[in-house]
Amino acid sequence: MTEPLIRTEGLTKRFPRVTALDGLSVSVGAGVIGLVGANGAGKSTLIKILLGLLEPTDGSAHVLGLDVATSGAQLRALVGYMPEHDCLPPDVSATEFTVHMARMSGLPPSAARERTADTLRHVGLYEERYRPIGGYSTGMRQRVKLAQALVHDPRLIFLDEPTNGLDPVGRDDMLALIRRIGTDFGISVLVASHLLGELERICDHVVIVDGGRLLRSSEIAAYTGRTELLAVEVTDGAHEDGAAVMARALAGAGLAVQRDGRLVEVRIADEGTYDQIRDAAAELGVGLVRLQQRRHRIEEVFADAGA
Amino acid sequence: MPAPEPRTGVTGVIHDIGYRNYDGARLGRWYLVRSLFAQSLRGAYGLGRPARSRVMPLLLLAAMLFPALIMVVVTVISGGDLEIDYTEYVPITFYISSIFVAAQAPQLVSRDLRFRTVPLYFSRPMGYADYVLAKYAAMTAALLILLGAPLLVLYGGALLADLPFWANTRGVLKGLTGAALFSVVLAGIGLAIASVTPRRGFGVAAIITIILVSYTLASTVEGIALSEDKPTVALYAELFTPYNLVNSLQLWLFQVRENPTFDELPVPHGWQGLIFVAVAAATVAASAGFLLLRYRKASAR
Repeated sequence: MTEPLIRTEGLTKRFPRVTALDGLSVSVGAGVIGLVGANGAGKSTLIKILLGLLEPTDGSAHVLGLDVATSGAQLRALVGYMPEHDCLPPDVSATEFTVHMARMSGLPPSAARERTADTLRHVGLYEERYRPIGGYSTGMRQRVKLAQALVHDPRLIFLDEPTNGLDPVGRDDMLALIRRIGTDFGISVLVASHLLGELERICDHVVIVDGGRLLRSSEIAAYTGRTELLAVEVTDGAHEDGAAVMARALAGAGLAVQRDGRLVEVRIADEGTYDQIRDAAAELGVGLVRLQQRRHRIEEVFADAGA
Repeated sequence: MPAPEPRTGVTGVIHDIGYRNYDGARLGRWYLVRSLFAQSLRGAYGLGRPARSRVMPLLLLAAMLFPALIMVVVTVISGGDLEIDYTEYVPITFYISSIFVAAQAPQLVSRDLRFRTVPLYFSRPMGYADYVLAKYAAMTAALLILLGAPLLVLYGGALLADLPFWANTRGVLKGLTGAALFSVVLAGIGLAIASVTPRRGFGVAAIITIILVSYTLASTVEGIALSEDKPTVALYAELFTPYNLVNSLQLWLFQVRENPTFDELPVPHGWQGLIFVAVAAATVAASAGFLLLRYRKASAR
């Protein structure tokens, strides 16, 4: 199969007062795809065009090999959509709501009920699924929103800011769930977020948009490949500034050293570098808090592009 | 139990709780419209919702049935004829059914707007026209149940009282036809107004106001016109309020010569009836057109 999951060419969307997308051409394959950009970068507009709901001013887009302009209904049977905003009626239960939405995707009544039970379990809703949604926490609501996007077993789901409003634990759970949808469920995911940090943890591929234009599109490994740097953090011990003495000692041992706030960054020369760091810490009487191989962070892409 | 098939390509998944793909039937547009129709019709009577949503529609249904039951009891005991024509029942009870339109039309459309569920429908194979069709049909059906049920009670009572079978069958069929006309026109007006606002309360107030104010205005104009001896003006004043519009239309359709409810009021005859047909049709078309525009906009949001 050579047809990419999503392919856009010169995609442009102008609203009366604002240009949301400006000649966006991008092509991505199956997997978990991150769509990153600041608020107003055109993420939601792009998703709506890819769903065939919004007509582009110019350019074309194909999703799962289907032209969004001409095969909208056919396409929408194969995809799921979790909007950014709240979209749940408070006075029905998660089960009733999801069954109805499954039927709205064309599932016969019995299949809709079965798939609803399965899907709610997969997103982590158990006994509470029979209670009215109005009493749910934000985390549970997000799970119901995700369930209605998954219930018809789509080939691709669009998630618009799925971690919005979640606390750190809820955020981690949601991200783990999204990752699992991509790997275990075999459903491709396009997840939009303005938070780069969370996407680099779960995505195979990241597309960065800014002001409606493509900033960069590549495999996550290209952003976050391992570097040859070790981050070292030490306690002060008996010294006034533990990091400073540590940096001096390591530099004295012939290593390339660089300070980064409380951290000391050491370029790895060979396997012996780890031993040298351990010995230096022992000799100075400082505690070794952290010894970690550094990765590139997606943020650096923005820093590079901005420069 | 058959041995599980060895899975390939899955490496070290501990938390695999077995996601199953769905490869069963995916039904087409008509199934979606039917499902949404059924869900909305049930919703109009509060079914599938908390008990308190059923109170209002069921009270109103009871209020609609009550006069019919009384009439049936009187007819059976007295052995006389039914008190009224079948076609008269809906206009006489219009206070009850107009509350139903005001209360339940927003129930059908405002909820999806207010809770922003609309985008979930339009990110599915359903188009906005399908959505409008299902909602319009559901509201019409809900009204037809409300307006038709008492007519069937009257008919049942008439048969119990051994009233002439054919005359009553013809009568109830006319009544049901009229009820269907009322339902289509009222559903359109109710839904179009309700779809403007996501606030249910505003929708309720707007619908009841428009029905009652237009009725009061039309009645006032009629009263003045009749006292000034201008029956034609009085006749056309009926066009501007939904119940009188449809009532005149059904009287013309069934060639009733005299307005049974208000005998001074003229009834359209001959080509005059076509004006009533045209205005009723235009009301339905305008309501449907407005809803289509409204949801075409909502689908691209």
